[in-house]
Amino acid sequence: MTGASATEITFRAGLMDATRPVPDALTDGAGRPAGRRFDVYRNNVAVSLREALETGFPAVAKLIGPENFSRAAGMYLRAAPPDSPVMMHYGTGFPAFLAGIEALRGIGYLPCVARLELALRASYHAADAPVLDAARLAALDEDSLMRARLTVAPATRVLRSPWPVRSIHRYALIPGSPKPQARAEDVVVTRPAFDPATNLLPPGGADFLTTLQGGGCFGDALAAAGTAFDLSATLSLLLQQGAFSDLTRA
Amino acid sequence: MPSIKALPIMFDSANTLPPAPGVGYKSQHYTALLEDPSPVRWLEVHAENYMGDGGRPLAQLRALSERFPVSVHGVGLSIGGPERLDPDHLARLKTLLGWLDPASFSEHLAWSTHDSHFLNDLLPLPYTPATLTRICDHVDEVQETLGQRMLLENPSSYLAFAESTLEETDFLREVTARTGCGLLLDVNNVFVSATNLGYSPQDYLAAFPMAAVGEIHLAGHDTDHDDHGAPLLIDSHGREVAEPVWALLDLALAQGGARPLLIEWDTDVPDWPVLAAEARRAEAALTRVPA
Repeated sequence: MTGASATEITFRAGLMDATRPVPDALTDGAGRPAGRRFDVYRNNVAVSLREALETGFPAVAKLIGPENFSRAAGMYLRAAPPDSPVMMHYGTGFPAFLAGIEALRGIGYLPCVARLELALRASYHAADAPVLDAARLAALDEDSLMRARLTVAPATRVLRSPWPVRSIHRYALIPGSPKPQARAEDVVVTRPAFDPATNLLPPGGADFLTTLQGGGCFGDALAAAGTAFDLSATLSLLLQQGAFSDLTRA
Repeated sequence: MPSIKALPIMFDSANTLPPAPGVGYKSQHYTALLEDPSPVRWLEVHAENYMGDGGRPLAQLRALSERFPVSVHGVGLSIGGPERLDPDHLARLKTLLGWLDPASFSEHLAWSTHDSHFLNDLLPLPYTPATLTRICDHVDEVQETLGQRMLLENPSSYLAFAESTLEETDFLREVTARTGCGLLLDVNNVFVSATNLGYSPQDYLAAFPMAAVGEIHLAGHDTDHDDHGAPLLIDSHGREVAEPVWALLDLALAQGGARPLLIEWDTDVPDWPVLAAEARRAEAALTRVPA
């Protein structure tokens, strides 16, 4: 930062730290100290960032209530203000930050729910891609299928959780959703059109999909999924949800 | 060769903002805008909301840009700050402007980034020869990088810098003279700043370099008070345009002639008919402008 005046420097320091005094050289129209006029800027910054987090993490806000959320968001926005003007990406560190807040330790699933909300947002803004036609897969003989590579669509996300993360997310946001049962849930986020959807992955499904995401061929993914894996059910879910955009034959 | 009159209207008007009402686009109004946009003739979008890779926001913008001239309004370049402009953000803007080919691009006389942290607000700067040079350098860089002329918007102010030696109107006049950029006159900001800092908004308009104005903004504000009980207006964009702001608009239009007029309503966004009624009022103001 070159050429900033002394007042510009103190303005910046005081903006995010309400314990600092209002810089002397800021005034009202009559030359009197600016006083709470400076607080308008302090407030605008804090409120707009907090609202951005509220918009991005509605289930987390619902689960801990507006006051707790406001407090957690206020801590986060001071510790990690946005590093880009593209606010749709703000809050990627929020799940880990929540995990570190002592008062929220008892709500072990909270960071997982926050991760799911991040995945939904990333999916919403991800690049468009065609949906792979299931017939192209069906047309392959077994040997070609095992060597084929499926391109996972840019809007597809996988989340593994030791908590019933999808059930909790739905319970928080969708009225009438069943009460979550204690279990682990692996979730796939897909975007068949413009609205991201969540679905549960059967055992082995997350290994199957992440192997494909990592560039492994179909046979590798199948091996990674283990013996209890229900290929037919998983594949039909993923194809129907538009999780893949293309297929490359070896 | 067909006469100019025979060309479809979309063809000759698509890439300039008409001297007519426009609104800041909100996705909840998408269907209403496609069904019956009247009296709205153009749209403005915040650049940073369309910097994702795909999905609904870009699809909607693509579809709307086939029906309406679009103005891209940036809120993240931090032109008023002492730091160098963020090359990544300039590149993102260039990408957006490249595929969208909007009728106008505008930004603010304000800063929003400090130490590479984006503060999501439009923050004020002192008006001095040093900051004037800084702003002109930044505007030059923006216009060179984007390959087009930009409009710079007057801010709403809640306080003043004791070190300022230039009037805001003189500052803006000098920026347009040195860089060739145009101006975006926000009439609500004029009223908010004038009330907050105790000067005459009419005098401000009289001193404003009106010939450089490519667009006019209108928005609602809230009322608070400072430590001395004096009114402190907050530029909230969350309600109807106030009566004294409509009166200032008439004055600006009488002074400078018809311009593209934008209704901004960004918080507590109303249903379409409420916004359309504000746009209709802007349309009526334009009919009062002497030819």
